[in-house]
Parts: sequence; structure tokens; C-alpha cells
Amino acid sequence: MKLNLRVWRQKNAGAEGAMATYEVDGVSPDMSFLEMLDTLNEDLILRGEDPVAFDHDCREGICGACSLVINGDAHGPERTTTCQLHMRSFRDGDTIDVEPWRASAFPVVKDLVVDRSAFDRIIRSGGYVSVPTGSAPEAHATPVPKADADFAFEHAECIGCGACVAACPNGSAMLFTSAKVNHLNVLPQGAPERETRVLDMVAQMDAEGFGGCTLTGECATACPKGIPLPSIAAMNKEWLRARRKVK
Amino acid sequence: MALAPSKDTATAKGAAAKGSASAKGTASVKGTASARPPSRTPSRGFWSSTIGKKTVMAVSGLIMLAYLVAHVAGNLKVFFGPEEFNGYAHWLRVMGAPVLHHEWGLWLARIVLLAAVGAHAVSAYQLSRRDIRARPTRYVHRRKGSSYATRTMRWGGIIVGLFIVWHVLDLTTGTVHPGFESGRPYQNVIDTFSTWYGNTIYIVAMLAVGLHVRHGFWSAAQTLGVGNARRERALRLLANVLALALTAGFIAVPVGVMTGVVN
Repeated sequence: MKLNLRVWRQKNAGAEGAMATYEVDGVSPDMSFLEMLDTLNEDLILRGEDPVAFDHDCREGICGACSLVINGDAHGPERTTTCQLHMRSFRDGDTIDVEPWRASAFPVVKDLVVDRSAFDRIIRSGGYVSVPTGSAPEAHATPVPKADADFAFEHAECIGCGACVAACPNGSAMLFTSAKVNHLNVLPQGAPERETRVLDMVAQMDAEGFGGCTLTGECATACPKGIPLPSIAAMNKEWLRARRKVK
Repeated sequence: MALAPSKDTATAKGAAAKGSASAKGTASVKGTASARPPSRTPSRGFWSSTIGKKTVMAVSGLIMLAYLVAHVAGNLKVFFGPEEFNGYAHWLRVMGAPVLHHEWGLWLARIVLLAAVGAHAVSAYQLSRRDIRARPTRYVHRRKGSSYATRTMRWGGIIVGLFIVWHVLDLTTGTVHPGFESGRPYQNVIDTFSTWYGNTIYIVAMLAVGLHVRHGFWSAAQTLGVGNARRERALRLLANVLALALTAGFIAVPVGVMTGVVN
């Protein structure tokens, strides 16, 4: 396959960026999107040019490091992560636009790499459970109803990639935050911090400069892990409940 | 094109931002601490939260929606003739009597509505500004976004707001209504809908109301935490039915006047 790539190039956080056009030849349909970018970068290095910077790590779709907006879609046309997107989803001769996540809370560091530390700070503000260390308790001592376990697991699937923020016209992190809040708040292990968790994580989310939710549903459509849109309503419910309980 | 922390950052924070700026040069970002500090101090406050503001929008929106349902029901009395319609308009003024003084019930409703409009508009303005700031850079590759009703919430809301001003000046105070006769609403309604601009403004505004209610009602349910996967279809259906019934009900009046059913 031969492709025309239009890639966002930006030297550093302070520099002006622009789309640059590259031709990539010899692309196999079985390559992942990142392998295709590796091919481009090898070529750029041989030519003595600066390779395109992009985030990646596990390349198995589970770490949440890769983050590209491909033809206007976060993670591209399939419901998966960019690393698990394959070139067979494109046609020979296609022009593909590759851009970084766009949100003021996710400033561009270089090229396609953005600073997602805002997510880390949201997690730090409440995305944990406090447990006494030492000998692990007997797992069966804390029963979890099946429905709750399923609900928690559905939300635990969030890999924190930020596609929800990238897809949202308001740059809102509501889907990410709701996944984390719902995952822990439904479980007995998360119960002691149930109220403070949602209040603090939402407060941190707002402080990071993410936008509000207008329920456009773009986030849930873009999410590679299928975190559903009603998660946001579930978090709103938790937040309103916590507001009533915590004075 | 990175964005500096917004200007409302405290001085101490500004210094921190400068201190960490040098750390930004490192390429590895995910997991590294505090490359970019939050733009403000986290607050648990109700009004400072986006969810709090959305809650205000949802509640005020539902108050206005309840009013619209009563309003459209009253409007449809126009099809039963001038006596019944004018009689209903008169009853609105003596509503709650003898407990309430003349027009007190009406003024009570007006005050509640005015508060709801104000709260709705202020929260909408603040949230919109925040949302626009949160996503200042557009993607080069544009794609078709969400539904029409969703995309037109902001402009639709402004259109409806402007309409309400005209509507009150036209049919309540009569300020912009030549030949307005106080106490004869039936005649005033026919008068307004006998002009092309009256019909046009009204019908366009009612379509905007329908679209606004369609996304707004469902959104309010999500904001108030009533929505979940199980109720999704029912809520969507209810939103569509409400939007359609309100729009059709309101538009029935000018259509009735235009076709001569109401005269």
C-alpha cells in the first residue's frame, strides 16, 4: 500500500505547529497503524529528518499510551486503540490525517505527544481505595453482588487513554472520571471513600480545565473500551448524593 | 500550541508553573508528575463545579418545561372560541382567589419563571465559556459531529431567549403590537398570526423549542442521575414525545389562524 500522510508537526510546547505531508510506501495491510508510523520514522531518520514523536507502549491495546486522532476520530475508524488499528482499515492511495489529542488540559508536548498528567492528578485525588496493609484478607469475606461486580468491571476497563477528552467538543473528562468513580464506588472496598472520592475527583477534573458535559455522546463513541455514556449519569447521581451527605 | 494555565491562577501557582516549565522538554509524559499544574485550586463547592451548574440548568429547564406544558394546553383552548379562551386568560388572573389577591398567582408564576430563565442563562453562559476554553484548537480533519438537536443547543437557546422577549412584548404587554387590546387575548392572537412576520418568528421559534427540549429533557435526566442504561429508551422516547407535542401544539395555533379554523 502507498499512503499520503498529513501529520501534525510541532517542535515543542511553545512552538507553532502545522500539518506536514509525507508519502509512505510499502505499507502492508497487516501492519498496525503504529508500525506504519515506525516505517515513516525509519525513512525520516535515514533522510536525516526529525522523526514524528508519538506516544506508545504496550501495543496490545491495554496500556492507554497511544493517542492519535486519525481522520478526525480518536484512535481512528475502528473501536479500538491506535496500536490495535490495522492498515487494512484503509485503502491504497488514501490520504490520512493524523493529529494529537486536542484539549487545553492536554497541551501538546511535541508533534503527536500530549501531556496527560491531568488524568494522573484526577486519579491521585480519589481514584484509589485505602486498605490496611499486611496479610491479605480472605477474598470471600467481602461478598460482591454479581450485578455490582459486572458494573465495576465494565468501568475498570478504562485505560485512561484520553480518547473521550479528544473526541468531546468541550474537551470534557466526564467519561474518564465517571469510569474511575463508578468502578470504585459500587464496590464494598470503595465504600469508605465513596463520597469524598466523587467530590474530590470531580473538583480536580474541573480544576484541570476540562470542559463540562453536554451529553453529545462523542466520548462513548470514541472510547476504545466501550465505557458507556450512562456512566456519566451514574457519576452525576453519585455526586449529588455525596453533596447531600457531606457537609 | 500548548496553553498556559489560565489567568485566574494564584501568584504562588504561577511561580510553580514557571518552575515546572523546564520539565516539559522531556518526551515521556504519561505518568510523569505535574508537567502542567491545574489551572485552579480544586473546589468541592456546588456552584464552582460543572456538575453543580449543570444541575441548576437541569432543574431550571424542567421548571420551564413544566410551564410550557401548561402553556400549550392553555393555548389550545383557542380552538374552543373567544369566550373560553378569554375566560381562561381571565382565570389566570384570579388564580388562587380568594386566598391570593388579584394577579398574585400569575405574578408568583412569573417570578419563578424569571428566576428559572435567569439561572438557566447564567449557568449556560458560564458552562459554554468554560467548554470553549477547554477545547480551543479544532481538528484540521473535521467530521460530522453529534445530532442536530445537540449541536444547536447554544444557538437554539439564544434564539428561544430572544423569542421570549418579543413574545412578551407582543402578547403580554403589547409594546410591539400595534392595535393591542388588553384583556382580549383571543383577538390579539388572531391579530399576531395574521401577519407574515408574526407567523414566521413564532414557527421558527417553536421548532427551536422542540429541538432544545429534545436534547434538553434527556440531558436533564442524565444530569440529575435519573438516566441509566435500562431507562435509556424510555427517556429518549419521552424527550421526543414532549418535543413533538409541544412544537405541534404551539404551531397548531398560527396554523389554525392561517387556515381560518380560528377566526
